[in-house]
Amino acid sequence: MAHHEVLSPLPGTFYRRPSPDAEVFAKEGAIVKVGDVIGLVEVMKQFSEVQADAAGKIVRFLVENEDAVEPGQPLATIETA
Amino acid sequence: MTVEIVKPGLATTIQDAGRPGYYNVGIPLSGALDQYSFRCANLLVGNDENAAVIECTLLAPELLFNVSAIVAVTGADATPRVNGSPMPRNESFAVKAGDKLSFDFMRLGARGYVAIAGGIDVPVILGSRSTYGLGAFGGFQGRKLAVGDKLPIGKASNTAKAGRKLTADLAMPLPKETELRVLPGLYFHRITDASADNFFADTWAVAPEADRIGYRYKQGRPLQWRERKQPFGAGSDPSNIVDAGYPYGSIQVPGGVEPIILHRDAVSGGGYAMIGTIISADMDKIAQMQPNYKARFVRVDMDQALAARGDYKARMDRVRKALA
Repeated sequence: MAHHEVLSPLPGTFYRRPSPDAEVFAKEGAIVKVGDVIGLVEVMKQFSEVQADAAGKIVRFLVENEDAVEPGQPLATIETA
Repeated sequence: MTVEIVKPGLATTIQDAGRPGYYNVGIPLSGALDQYSFRCANLLVGNDENAAVIECTLLAPELLFNVSAIVAVTGADATPRVNGSPMPRNESFAVKAGDKLSFDFMRLGARGYVAIAGGIDVPVILGSRSTYGLGAFGGFQGRKLAVGDKLPIGKASNTAKAGRKLTADLAMPLPKETELRVLPGLYFHRITDASADNFFADTWAVAPEADRIGYRYKQGRPLQWRERKQPFGAGSDPSNIVDAGYPYGSIQVPGGVEPIILHRDAVSGGGYAMIGTIISADMDKIAQMQPNYKARFVRVDMDQALAARGDYKARMDRVRKALA
């Protein structure tokens, strides 16, 4: 089983939900395609989508909702087929 | 003779040396936030050092060259790639028509500068090609760059060549923790002695909303203000004053909680007490701070501030000599 880490493209605050009372973009265990949104990073009052850059199963998120993240920080692990 | 935006990045704008002379009517200086890296980029490609460049913030763009050009990238540590192959930073290189220039994420620093020989030839507004986003003028159509924008490129000088290099000792430092020197005033007397001590003792972290207008810091202890009856025209909060002009680099602390340093797209005045001003020599350092980078504020006097300005100018002169 190969594992792929989704990295944060920029610094900011990581969110797993589109809004505080909405469902998470992706649950642990979910199957994702390349380009599926798995979270948001907020910086300079702008929200940037974090997309899965590999297809497979999200094994786990490596940061909590609302954690501060750095550019290049691993956000989630995807188990590729 | 254009460069096209394939991916815009987060907040990518055209900037130059800035637009001085109109702050009295509310139009700020603007221009590259890290003037040192901006000038280095131009000198590397044989441009006039004040030519317009592309300023990239936190997430760099992807560019398609419709013309062959000499390019240099300075500032933040984000590896440039031409058609996927890594290229050096702080060194001029050639790109051919049809090449794509992309970047890795910014490992360190917050602003990258892409200079193209000939400069970005957008219209000059009030003496500058800089973008002023709040005013929606200057730069490319008065806004940050978007997918499909085609940037006109000027004519390269005959000194433009690949392989011109800035030595490591002259590159912009990109620390995650830095010291910012402060000249106390004009309303420094409004905070208590204990708060003044705390302000300089605490470590402050850049807040995620920091931008070209103002850099907000958090995690230090809140400031206490000296008791007074608020004068007519000042708001009721003790951090309020009767409206006054805001200098670049001035530090306001709304509610006494989070200091905001005004930068080159600042508003020109308002009603928050300014407890001090970051010295001009340290303004470029702020431009390279990512959210959560740490700063300590260090108190200096005017002689020290002017000496630092002298050192800054001497370093810039060394760059000019080295790249001549």
